[in-house]
Amino acid sequence: MAIRTSMSGNEATAYAVRQINPDVMPAFPITPSTEIPQFVSNMIANGEIDTEFIPVESEHSSMSAAIGASAAGARTLTATSSAGLALMWEVVYVAASSRLPIVMAVVNRGLTGPLNINAEHSDSMGARDSGWIQIYAENNQEAYDNMLQAYRIAEHKDVHLPVMICQDGFITSHAVENISLLEDEPVKKFVGEYCPEHYLLNEKEVMAVGPYAVSNYCMEAKKAQAEAMIRSKKVILEVAEEFAAMSGRSYGFFEAYRMEDAEYAAVAIGSVSGTAKDAVDRLREKGVKAGFLKVRVFRPFPGEELAKELRGCKAVAIMDRCESYSGQGGPLGAELTAAMYRAKVTAETVNIVYGLSGRDVRVEDMEKVYGDLREMAEEGKTFKQYPYLGLRE
Amino acid sequence: MFNINMEAKFDFKQIQEREERLAPGHRMCAGCGGTIAVRNVLKALHPGDRAVVGNATGCLEVSTYMYPYTAYEDSYIHSAFENAGATLAGAETAYKALKKRGKIKEEYKFITFGGDGGTYDIGLQSLSGAMERGHDMVYVCYDNGAYMNTGTQRSSATPSFADTTTTPAGKESAGKPQARKDLAAIIAAHNIPYVGQTTFIGNMKDLYVKSEKAIYTQGAAFLNILSPCPRGWRYDPPELMDICKSAVETCYWPLFEVIDGKWILNYEPKKKLPIEDFLKRQGRFKHLFKPENQHYIGAFQEEVDRRWEELRKRCETYGE
Repeated sequence: MAIRTSMSGNEATAYAVRQINPDVMPAFPITPSTEIPQFVSNMIANGEIDTEFIPVESEHSSMSAAIGASAAGARTLTATSSAGLALMWEVVYVAASSRLPIVMAVVNRGLTGPLNINAEHSDSMGARDSGWIQIYAENNQEAYDNMLQAYRIAEHKDVHLPVMICQDGFITSHAVENISLLEDEPVKKFVGEYCPEHYLLNEKEVMAVGPYAVSNYCMEAKKAQAEAMIRSKKVILEVAEEFAAMSGRSYGFFEAYRMEDAEYAAVAIGSVSGTAKDAVDRLREKGVKAGFLKVRVFRPFPGEELAKELRGCKAVAIMDRCESYSGQGGPLGAELTAAMYRAKVTAETVNIVYGLSGRDVRVEDMEKVYGDLREMAEEGKTFKQYPYLGLRE
Repeated sequence: MFNINMEAKFDFKQIQEREERLAPGHRMCAGCGGTIAVRNVLKALHPGDRAVVGNATGCLEVSTYMYPYTAYEDSYIHSAFENAGATLAGAETAYKALKKRGKIKEEYKFITFGGDGGTYDIGLQSLSGAMERGHDMVYVCYDNGAYMNTGTQRSSATPSFADTTTTPAGKESAGKPQARKDLAAIIAAHNIPYVGQTTFIGNMKDLYVKSEKAIYTQGAAFLNILSPCPRGWRYDPPELMDICKSAVETCYWPLFEVIDGKWILNYEPKKKLPIEDFLKRQGRFKHLFKPENQHYIGAFQEEVDRRWEELRKRCETYGE
């Protein structure tokens, strides 16, 4: 029986953590993810779970301790945001290259400066090439559902990679919305026991982690890691299918909303998706063939699959909640445009930067995006690459 | 408080006959103090006891675990330069969690090694956090007084006036302007149950006894081991033991312990040797013996004397 209630994205994440009851969780507080370690600490204090919490003195130590714990054979969790993830930077790579199935709840927030605490994807996008799987949520429901699927993906024998479960700071993490939770028993069965094959505390063997390797070996190690990332695509879909059988909620690499005959499409990640879907509905009522793609899995990047969805479109707006300072747009723009080029999808594209540092995006803003796409395709109007949505000028 | 029987007496032969837990074939230099520190600390593990060995990036790491070979007989983890404390703290916490859940039966000890770069400087925060939280682990600093792996740059453990590649002695410079940081005292201020400072003396009894105490003390323990580096200090490898002895006899490197807040001086030279005895053996202090630089030796001596007196006072005031 599903439990219908309402809670914030952070509460939903903590609810999933309670059901998973991981072995070890090191964490350091940072807005807006702070509530997650707080909720977990409370659950430990009240005897609801028996996770070992490590109140580390920084996020760098948080990820370092997670590496030590995971290598030692513990199912390990941490949570962070923004500057916290930036401080972990070096060891985020170590976690992935050591092939440790750590799960990190990332509550997305912009990087300084100016110092700001609101939603932006610059933190996790900065770590997009670190070798972590990245799964993004539109709302609290998805933050919860993604969390429950994370260890199944990370610990899979074909994968052995860490996973970031991302949600938008405040918009998702703090806003209280309706949610459908699963009962403990089926969740525990679904997540399963963690039985690592090789680990430091394996009584049957000794193990060494973290070698120095000369050029003769390094490239092969990196290729093996890249192959695991590619293999994770199949696993992500298999786990989603099994999750759908339990929960009735289906997930893939992305959600295609009214895309069947769409001529104009926007592509984005995270909480803006609800707003975009509303705009699509309004436009559809007016007879505009609008559609929307919500990217759920950014690493591995489902470039081919996304491009395929966009084949019939006349114009596409690729939207980044992140500046990359390349002078070309944001990371989703760069990667999706490249994927479309390879797939010979020739729709007009515009890469829009939106919602930086929590800047609000309204349904009207999204309607204007679709309006611009139409002008671009129908009237040959050219737009400068890459516009900022909702910028005060 | 020691949680299991400490070995009653030191039988050098019996200890040295224990199986090496750092296998030969690693790539550390001849005459390197770091290797001696690791071998002897690990020998203090009682035979049959299991351990997880940690390591900060540095000479030791790149020379003892070069893929696909490891020199460690125990499980081993290296993750980065500045996080040996936190990394091993994570492994130790995993042990607690898995033990609690009945997934592990055996006893494990947790010992991590870092050079002074990874310990005094870039890894100080991670070390402080691990010590303050009281993880049941030993952090061992093999202190060779500079960033040797990158080519002898100064660290906060480098003694005054040492000629390093970032404090070179020259026309306008007498080497490192600052005196070394007293890390053992800083860690003692964390009020952990065991802190020991030692080096290689005689038959290694001091090192062995302190290692055993550190490993078998419940809670966080810290060992600071003066570990000469032939490249950075510029001495002939066979002189290593004499240099260590001189460091102790001049009171540059006092042997002491802080056990549950009690300061204990382990050795007091009958006749304290002048600091020249320590300095003259090392190429990094060669410039101090030029006539125009003699006053720096005086300044060095003053600082050694001041610290020695301070330590003696501590041991008198807060001793047993």
